[in-house]
Amino acid sequence: MTCWDVVQDYGLRSLGIGERLLPRSDFTLCQQVVLIGSGMLWNIYFGAIALAAGFFLAIATAVAKAHHNPLLRKPADAFVLLFRGSPLFIQFFFAYFAFLNLKSVSPMLDDLSSAWLGALIVLFLNTSAYSAEIFYGALMSIPKGDNEAADAYGMHGFSRFRRITLPTTLRLAWPAYTNEAIFLFHSTTLVFVSGFPAQSQRGDALYYASYFADKTFNPFVPYPILAGYFILLTLTVIGLFGIVNRRLNRHLPRENTPKIRLRPNLIR
Amino acid sequence: MSEPGATIFSFCADPSSIDGFEWLACYLTTAKHLSIYWSVGTVLLLLAITAPVALLFGFGGASAARSRVWPVSIIGRSYIAVVRGVPDIAFFLFFVIALDQFFEYLRHQVKCPDWDMPIRQGNDFVVCAAAKLPLGNAPQWMHEVYGFSLAVLTFSIVFGAFAANVLYGAMRAVPRGQIETAEAYGMTQRQTFWRILVPQMWVYALPGLSNLWMVLIKATPLLFLLGVEDIVYWAKELGSTKTSKFTDYPHGDWRMWYFAGLLVFYLCFTKVSEAVLGRISRRLSRGQATAAGEAQRKAALS
Amino acid sequence: MKTLILSTAIVALTAGAALAQDVVRMGTEGAYPPYNFLNDKGEVDGFERELGDELCKRAELTCEWVTNEWDSIIPNLVSGNYDTIIAGMSITDERKQVIDFTENYTQPDPSAFVAMADASVDLSGAVIAAQAATIQASYVASELPGATLLEFATPEESIAAVRSGEADAVLADKAYLDPIVAEGGDLAFTGENVLIGGGVGMGVRQSDTELRDKFTAAIQSMKADGTLNALIAKWEIGEQF
Repeated sequence: MTCWDVVQDYGLRSLGIGERLLPRSDFTLCQQVVLIGSGMLWNIYFGAIALAAGFFLAIATAVAKAHHNPLLRKPADAFVLLFRGSPLFIQFFFAYFAFLNLKSVSPMLDDLSSAWLGALIVLFLNTSAYSAEIFYGALMSIPKGDNEAADAYGMHGFSRFRRITLPTTLRLAWPAYTNEAIFLFHSTTLVFVSGFPAQSQRGDALYYASYFADKTFNPFVPYPILAGYFILLTLTVIGLFGIVNRRLNRHLPRENTPKIRLRPNLIR
Repeated sequence: MSEPGATIFSFCADPSSIDGFEWLACYLTTAKHLSIYWSVGTVLLLLAITAPVALLFGFGGASAARSRVWPVSIIGRSYIAVVRGVPDIAFFLFFVIALDQFFEYLRHQVKCPDWDMPIRQGNDFVVCAAAKLPLGNAPQWMHEVYGFSLAVLTFSIVFGAFAANVLYGAMRAVPRGQIETAEAYGMTQRQTFWRILVPQMWVYALPGLSNLWMVLIKATPLLFLLGVEDIVYWAKELGSTKTSKFTDYPHGDWRMWYFAGLLVFYLCFTKVSEAVLGRISRRLSRGQATAAGEAQRKAALS
Repeated sequence: MKTLILSTAIVALTAGAALAQDVVRMGTEGAYPPYNFLNDKGEVDGFERELGDELCKRAELTCEWVTNEWDSIIPNLVSGNYDTIIAGMSITDERKQVIDFTENYTQPDPSAFVAMADASVDLSGAVIAAQAATIQASYVASELPGATLLEFATPEESIAAVRSGEADAVLADKAYLDPIVAEGGDLAFTGENVLIGGGVGMGVRQSDTELRDKFTAAIQSMKADGTLNALIAKWEIGEQF
């Protein structure tokens, strides 16, 4: 069996397409690389959707947090505290049990306890809270002159927010936001460790890596493969966010463009 | 099946006859529940030991990364980059067994040089009895201490890389003028490093280190992956359904409530840490030539 | 002379690393009643606790109990963190490639399906929960092609999944399910029992042949004088010998 056959059998195994049975003996390096790579699809799915949806909630939360009206500010503060103050791991566990109990309320809520929706919701709320804190910090450091200039032009309300406040906030927050994105992708590996079940052995990269470690009793092959994939993913995220960063700062002279640097945040 | 053990309250002798508050009081003070309270201590102990050790790793990593000897620099940089580019859980899942085997292998080489059997026999990892860690006849607590130390070491290696990154940034943030002045005074490189750079870098490192501390707190629920019986382990064990055949306190699936308890515990812990770190930060900024220090000076003047 | 003594010592050591030590460490899961569980005092209890203590007495070994998560129970045995697995582990060919087993101390135990009492489940196309890395999980994956396997880290979670409707049924050892069905009220056995595996045995490292033989001898002596049957009856494990 050539490696190409393995790719055809297992390349999309994590989505339930291809060979139904996972390899059970005579594990080849190719099988491990292909299956763990197939699992990466889940990590990318979780990370990309949570990040895209979380962006909007994060902006809304940041604005609410900066608002003078306590009816907006207090809930935003509490939301950020709840998700930044507790470990994501515990959030996953707790949410899974809570979702299980919710299921008895209505059959509409059935999908909540499957990873594809339930875990996505937790990741979405979690990254929203972290990003909200980043955007809030940026919102607070908008140069006074920007607002004064907007006043001078007679800009108010939403058009001022869209044309002045938001672009500056994004510019200031972008390097930190890039880090948040990277660590969000890292934390997607917690999904199947933390209570959400893997259905028909469709799991993420870590699920397959630990499957192989379990079967071969040799953790020194699958985990480095997993590590390699994540380093590639990290580099891709840095690249994509770098493009956006250049676009956000396209009016500035070259050397003033803030550099994106990987700064720590890791597991929540 | 089990006879009632030593109880804290006298009315706990026959749990089937009590209910309400008394039942709960007895339930929450069973010997098994005391284990979860102890495991909170384990978590705090882990944090207390890991923080300084990780800082040490971080200091080593940062110093190596800015070394002028390029192999050293490469090692330092790749330590930082690799550990930070990969999800930590991947390290947690295989470091403990890897480190354990590594140490036993080293001891084996030293203590049993005449050993003629292969160490890897099929799937088995076999070293001579004298090289085993801890020794085979060691009491259980030694095994637990050893397991705990491996967990501390794993946490320190992972978080050391993050600390290294923070300290590396902080060393570069110390104003260039300070270094130049030191050089002008004729200090050697070593003297400049220890007398000028290291004392001044902390104020720049503090925000990053505070962040790291918060992250470290929030990584502790992963301890159970490292084979330490921590609060997550006990919450799962205690919360799971108990049938009356195997316990005096049967109950349904209560794991959700146990995890709610853990959630509250971590929130409180984070809040307290935030308050303490805020204080330290104000303390450190005093008299420093930074924005925060300047603000303090102005506030004192007005 | 000196080298001679040294080499005999090495032979003694290689014969069985565990035997050269005073203490045999017994690894179990502590979450699978009636086989093994933690009692209110937080100690390992259950069928295998009583059995293990008796076996150690007969084999004249000092034993010590350790708990370990099911997921990593074999890797930790292989790398020497304890010397035996006594955790309701069925003897299978797949596991035999990695570790050795003593003679079985239970009959091949039937596994059973449990579903909600008011539901009618077609097992061939159902969602079936099982504990990950168990014989039941591999049975569902390979023998029930129409069914969807849902894997959980602990047996507890697989039961909870049936109660929540996440899974239609759970497949586990019948002895584990019996008290849950008896007390739960909302759950019931469904479908036919299936026989998987070759009974439960103690797992030891493949290099530890002497330890394996000692325990096998002790198990045989307990089978011969009927004490094993008495234990099986006491803990309602299933068929007797």
